[in-house]
Amino acid sequence: MSIIPLFGALALPWPFDREYMQLALAAGLVIGLCAPLIGVFLVQQRLSLMGDGIGHLAFAGVAAGLLLEIWPLWTALFVAVVGALAIEWLRSHGRTTSDLALALWFYGGIAAGIVLASRAGNGGLAIVPYLFGSILTIDAADVRVIVVLGIGILATLALFGRALFAIVVDEESARVNGIPVGLGNSVLAVLTAVTVVAAMRVVGVLLIAALMVLPVASGRILARSFRGTLTISAAIGAVSVVLGLAAARRWALAPGGTIVLVAAALFAVTNVFAVRTRAAAPAHHHGHEH
Amino acid sequence: MRRAPVLEAHDVTFAYGETPAVDGVDLEVTAGEFVALVGPNGSGKSTLLRLLLGLLQPDRGTVVCLGAPPPHVPEPWRIGYVPQRRILDLDIPATVEEVVRSGRTARRGWWRFAGHADRDAVDHALESVALTELRRRPVGELSGGQQQRVLIARALVSEPRLLVLDEPIAGVDLAAQRLFRDSLVHLVEAHHTAVLLVSHELGAVADDLDRVVVMKQRILFDGPPRELAATGVSLGVHADDLPRWLEELQT
Repeated sequence: MSIIPLFGALALPWPFDREYMQLALAAGLVIGLCAPLIGVFLVQQRLSLMGDGIGHLAFAGVAAGLLLEIWPLWTALFVAVVGALAIEWLRSHGRTTSDLALALWFYGGIAAGIVLASRAGNGGLAIVPYLFGSILTIDAADVRVIVVLGIGILATLALFGRALFAIVVDEESARVNGIPVGLGNSVLAVLTAVTVVAAMRVVGVLLIAALMVLPVASGRILARSFRGTLTISAAIGAVSVVLGLAAARRWALAPGGTIVLVAAALFAVTNVFAVRTRAAAPAHHHGHEH
Repeated sequence: MRRAPVLEAHDVTFAYGETPAVDGVDLEVTAGEFVALVGPNGSGKSTLLRLLLGLLQPDRGTVVCLGAPPPHVPEPWRIGYVPQRRILDLDIPATVEEVVRSGRTARRGWWRFAGHADRDAVDHALESVALTELRRRPVGELSGGQQQRVLIARALVSEPRLLVLDEPIAGVDLAAQRLFRDSLVHLVEAHHTAVLLVSHELGAVADDLDRVVVMKQRILFDGPPRELAATGVSLGVHADDLPRWLEELQT
């Protein structure tokens, strides 16, 4: 019997007929839905690379876990959350510009990861699945953690989503009106860290930011409202996971990379479609009536 | 009978490094008063505004807004703020209605979902700036004047007691200025909202003002528009002649 009640024992059609594919699907769908939802807010705050920076920190956390022989997911979560809050503090206190704050953690994180992994001896090899993703070797315990993290992310967004929207529309007015802007931005940073850690085994730390940005780039083109942008971006993330996993199984490709390539292809198609639509109806956009 | 002040500043002073931006400013705005703060570019108007709203802390002096200093204002959503549109880039994939509704978030409690009262307030605010028909349009597709009205509706939707507008008519055509003037006059007369408008041109609202405050780092004039007019200053178009007038006043 499967440890995850819904999966493993289910008779799903190809390519999800095997238990390992069903576990991959469960983990992948959580990430495919959550990463773009967080990404919509990050892209609007011009923090598209936040996921990348935190991914590199999480990498150092994984290496520390291997060295200390603690489950790497927990050390990665700890390091990523603390790092995300530190980045947000630097950003909001104007100590450094956003991209420099990210660069500091970006390179510091990856360098610390490499040094720690080398100290872990042969255990250092165990870091590879976190670097490039290894969704097909994910086990039920991993899936359980990812599902719990996913539920936490969605619940937090349900609570903070409206405040975050007011903040991304206009941070200063939100502050004047008494919306807790500092708390909102910190929550977004922590949500980014949690998503990154949940996504590590799915697409790998090197490609996490792609799932936070590419579906959002498509969603922003297709949607005509903020709610629509959230819905479409999450849907495109989920579709990318399903198609990516199917293609990876059919042609024996690296699943993490394939999922991101599908998301990139969907963005390219959306972009071409949008350019054509705009060319067909140039007068519709940017009307000049007052 | 004298109405209670909604905004009081005493001896407010602020400098960027060694450069003084606001120097010993005293200012009071009472309920139902329509006040314009004018001055040439670089006169410290926007800095004073940020000090009054609590976005900057003064080096010296005190600000009391709706009865308390800015971080402790009891109902901060009673302050409606319309920032400069050229600073706030409305490059967000959201509809007019969504942006306006975000102005109610603080008032109903930021964790709560919008209810009937919020929907009614959004309808009313959209109507007052004549944007009802465009409510489902993405804000990025609107003209500059329309985007300005979206921001005004967003400030009105929380039913503010104090409405602060930073350069709201810059780059807006005359028809839109008249619409804008009508909604402000309605707010002041029907709801006793205090309006503080920061601008270097007053355009369509010049005739409706209760007071004009002229500043260039310090307050140079504070009184009814007719007194200012008596000194030979035209409030219609004075983006250029105001600084010249200021020089004369100082000599």
